[in-house]
Amino acid sequence: MELKVLGQSNSGSAAAPTESGCSKSACGSTSDQMDQLPESIREKVKNHPCYSEEAHHYYARMHVAVAPACNIQCHYCNRKYDCANESRPGVVSELLSPDQAVKKVMAVAANIPQMTVLGVAGPGDPLANPERTFETFRQLTEKAPDIKLCVSTNGLSLPEQVEELSKHNIDHVTITINCVDPEIGAKIYPWVFWQNRRIRGAKGAKILIEQQQKGLEMLIERGILVKVNSVMIPGVNDKHLVEVSKIVKSKGAFLHNVMPLIAEAEHGTFYGVMGQRGPNAKELSALQDECAGDMNMMRHCRQCRADAVGLLGEDRGAEFTLDKIEGMEIDYAAAMEKRAEVHAQIEAHRAEQAAEAAAEDANPLGDLPADLRPVLMAVATQGQGIVNQHFGHAKEFLVYEASPAGVRFIGHRKAEQYCSGDDTCGEGESTLDITIRSLEGCEAVICSKVGYSPWEKLEAAGIIPNGEYAMEPIEDAVVGVYRGMYESGALSEASGQLIA
Amino acid sequence: MALSINDACVNCWACLPLCPSDAITANLDGATHFAIDAKKCTECDGDYASPQCASICPIEGAILDAGGEALNPPGSLTGIPPELLEQAMAEIQAR
Repeated sequence: MELKVLGQSNSGSAAAPTESGCSKSACGSTSDQMDQLPESIREKVKNHPCYSEEAHHYYARMHVAVAPACNIQCHYCNRKYDCANESRPGVVSELLSPDQAVKKVMAVAANIPQMTVLGVAGPGDPLANPERTFETFRQLTEKAPDIKLCVSTNGLSLPEQVEELSKHNIDHVTITINCVDPEIGAKIYPWVFWQNRRIRGAKGAKILIEQQQKGLEMLIERGILVKVNSVMIPGVNDKHLVEVSKIVKSKGAFLHNVMPLIAEAEHGTFYGVMGQRGPNAKELSALQDECAGDMNMMRHCRQCRADAVGLLGEDRGAEFTLDKIEGMEIDYAAAMEKRAEVHAQIEAHRAEQAAEAAAEDANPLGDLPADLRPVLMAVATQGQGIVNQHFGHAKEFLVYEASPAGVRFIGHRKAEQYCSGDDTCGEGESTLDITIRSLEGCEAVICSKVGYSPWEKLEAAGIIPNGEYAMEPIEDAVVGVYRGMYESGALSEASGQLIA
Repeated sequence: MALSINDACVNCWACLPLCPSDAITANLDGATHFAIDAKKCTECDGDYASPQCASICPIEGAILDAGGEALNPPGSLTGIPPELLEQAMAEIQAR
């Protein structure tokens, strides 16, 4: 079966738009993310959507849920959780055996040729299920050698598994490190299972921290790239994460991803039930900026499920359930050739953009007065670095900051989809309100199209809707809107909506 | 003397490889959760200081002793006071 390619029509080269593509190499990607990396690392991560902000506009990933067991408990996790409609780590719909997982990966990689990466991230801890995890990797190394393999772990079993990890085609490992202080750890991890005992409180947290740090050092020694994930928990580890960032950088981690705590009572987690709040967008952004002084920061993480499929920000898992895969007829060799073709098109497109960007003025807003205030703008896109999504269809918005210093990517905001139809958006006003609230701090929203009713509501909320840049590069659109605001005098007015 | 697993089990596989007596099976006879073979279970006596399945199980109330008592009673693993959890769940039900 032939599935539609990522939001485009059925054209064979849909992956690499040539007519009206992005005119910049990295559409507003943060200069602090990739530019400081040595060439050897950039080469390894350039087509990994989770590690490269620019790559995530083009390439897809998937997670397979082969690792159900866990060896620690985190206060943001509930092991009973299994839901089709939730998107957050630790949640899956169906557990797979290694054989089933390999079958699923092959089916997805044949139908989504932009796929470059397969990760095992749970729903428990991949390294607490070493047989299942490594059997999956072993088969895939053989059957789909072009797919990069990666693994995400809490780190407890990492030191004992590093040797095995280095035998597979894995050049990226993510460790979740929320603290380096056992007293803080005791507020995040109620227990760990270590050497045949359940060990509670600070004593257990201390073991976990030691293993994480030891594992990090061992991976770096072997030349395996390490990204560190941290969950920002206000009042628990928020200030502490600046220290964590310094330490992991000094040991050689190449990227730090500070993510907001997700906690709702209905998730049944400790933090959810106890009323621990997550950070707001402004607090998260401030902490990421503070850590950025010492570290390459990742700001495009979508905190996806342990069985997510597709581009970051989308999940096509429902198209690839086990029973649906059964019915697919796939020519694996042809699929791998098709992937190589599509990846080559994407790379050619990216090289073109990079060349154009190099030829152009480095900062498209450099001619404006330096004291203009920065403005946050939300952009609706479904990939390829262009403005190509209807406001009402957006599941998330990418947030960019424009200022005379240039355009930089800040992060994303999740939105409620209030419109499932094509043109009319008559219903679901309350979800529209939620979406507008999620855009707090943004002064403009740029999308391919906005309906009449949301247009009015956005304006009333102090957010200027803009549909004039459909199919244009994100950075050009952000630059254009900022210039428009400057020319109309909007930037000299005292605004109640300063940077968020 | 044997432990048992009830239907609170979420099939996470954590206990299975730890059992020194090979007493745990997945989905035995079409069961929807893991089970312990009472004839094989020794409660880890002589092998470990504490029963391994109950020491790694993340689900409160899923593993019972021979008398039917939960080895990990409500609140003991998550740290959530049981009455708070009940209250939160009741509020969500009422929405």
